[in-house]
Amino acid sequence: MKLEKPQSKQESITKSYQTRSADRIEKIAQRIFTVCAFVAVIAVASITLYMIIKGVPAIFQVGLTEILFGTVWKPSAADPSFGILYVILTSIVGTTMAILIGVPIGIGSAIFLTEIAGKRVAAIIQPAVELLAGIPSVIYGLLGIIILNPLMYKLELVIFKDSPMHQFTGGANLISAILVLAIMILPTVISISSSAIRAVPVQLKNSSLALGATKMQTIIRVILPAAKSGIITAIVLGIGRAIGEAMAISLVSGSVVNIPLPFNSVRFLTTAIVSEMSYASGTHKDVLFTIGLVLFIFIMIINLSLNRILKKGEKANGA
Amino acid sequence: MEHEFRQEDQQRAWKHNSICQKRHRPTDKILTCLMYLSAGIAISIFAGIVGYVFYRGASQVNWQFLTKARSALTQTEGIAGNIINTLYIVVLTLLIVTPIGIGAAIYLNEYAKPGKLVRMIEFTTETLSGIPSIIFGLFGMVFFGITLGLSYSLLTGALTLSLMVLPLITRNTQEALKTVPQSYRDGALGMGATKWHMIRTILLPSAMPGILTGVILSVGRIVGESAALLFTAGSGYYLPKLGEYGEGLIQKIMESGGTLTIELYLSMSKAKYDIAFGIAVVLLVIVFAINILTKVLAKRFDVNRK
Repeated sequence: MKLEKPQSKQESITKSYQTRSADRIEKIAQRIFTVCAFVAVIAVASITLYMIIKGVPAIFQVGLTEILFGTVWKPSAADPSFGILYVILTSIVGTTMAILIGVPIGIGSAIFLTEIAGKRVAAIIQPAVELLAGIPSVIYGLLGIIILNPLMYKLELVIFKDSPMHQFTGGANLISAILVLAIMILPTVISISSSAIRAVPVQLKNSSLALGATKMQTIIRVILPAAKSGIITAIVLGIGRAIGEAMAISLVSGSVVNIPLPFNSVRFLTTAIVSEMSYASGTHKDVLFTIGLVLFIFIMIINLSLNRILKKGEKANGA
Repeated sequence: MEHEFRQEDQQRAWKHNSICQKRHRPTDKILTCLMYLSAGIAISIFAGIVGYVFYRGASQVNWQFLTKARSALTQTEGIAGNIINTLYIVVLTLLIVTPIGIGAAIYLNEYAKPGKLVRMIEFTTETLSGIPSIIFGLFGMVFFGITLGLSYSLLTGALTLSLMVLPLITRNTQEALKTVPQSYRDGALGMGATKWHMIRTILLPSAMPGILTGVILSVGRIVGESAALLFTAGSGYYLPKLGEYGEGLIQKIMESGGTLTIELYLSMSKAKYDIAFGIAVVLLVIVFAINILTKVLAKRFDVNRK
């Protein structure tokens, strides 16, 4: 008995090392992990597929030019027409303006945070920015309705006092939506561009300062160009966030299909889906999916260009 | 006269070119001002948002608001149903997505050889994180809701959100795995551990803080999500019925239920702003808590590294 015990133990070690069951577990584990890794691939493929399957029929029913370049949106009329040109334009104009407002403020704050502010100040601002990124988008929308819309209404009353042609919107207009979007992209732009600025090698900065450049010259001429790819990434992600945002602006923008002029109530690609999906049916619903497809195509273009920028950045860093 | 002028000019030039004296460039000052201004705008927006939400909503939050569901019978307003729905969605989503996300990260970091396949998987993960939530909502509604026949239910919402937060978990786990020293792996394998055993007993425990950070960030994203849930989880606000043996709690998964953000959106569109601000306060508190939690975890992680 006493002799047998260690023997069997030794045996079991060699055995367990070679046993099939352990081998099988290894193989199963590897297979499971492989499957897990492919979930993302499958998800993107099936989302693409479904967006196309659902979005294309309406194009055949209504006609491509009529949908994309039509300007009349009367989905539930007796003689319905489904032109989404204004909706597309609104998304493009709204996103562009939000970027033009949000990006300079964002990059300025990022520079302030990384280069100008002392450690103590930065230690307050940094977490604040992170919190800002975590605030749910509906809260931005709520504040837009309560604070921005009344302000816009007052402005509207002053500007259009004498024009009988103007339809008063109660302040729910394109400007409000743009401001909300600009605020919403701030955290994204600030956090990504500030980490890009931090990644710039200290030697670059020091040699520029040693050559006699002022702090600002160094920031503008040396640090920003060196952090270029990171900053562009921040801008592209900001565009993606702005064009895809739905809930924050659906009520703030007034949700009427209209030419994207500053004081018009407008409807974005996203808000068109949010506000009508719940009751749409038939061709109307199909057209909403087409709007989804248009949005999806925009996003895919943004994603692909982002990918290209990142690759370029990697190459530049490697060289 | 002219001569004097020149001399003065030269003196000024000397002064400006001297290394001992700082040269003042007006553009520098303007730029500095602009940067202070933009940082000031960003901070005041943040402070304004948080301050205003608490100012308007804090008085709305009381015990009854948090523990009762909305009822027309007793004329009470409460968000207990929505809080429970949010918990359901968070737990269900995490149950679905955490194993998949961690598994994917393990495959990418430990098994796969760098090449086209890995690049494709990483690219699609990147793409998935760039897709806006409204598109996830549409897809979830059509695929999980209609094709799989789950209709408006908490499960549909959770499945949809799983796809949405998958990149977050995968990427954080990958980052965490990358920080585990190679010597840990070599040591374990050298001692005769099989790969799966090594991953289970060495890698995952060492990477745990990083993985947890990803999970908590996902919770934040799920709690704040609205567009992807509107057409998938619906807007029910009832408390779950217990049933005789508690089976009602499980049946609840197949019922529609609106999370806090959905309820906020709906009360906002019905112009019930007081309730909306009450919910906003609850949401902000949750977001703050999550933020602090990730901070604490990250700090711990740092200590481990040192």
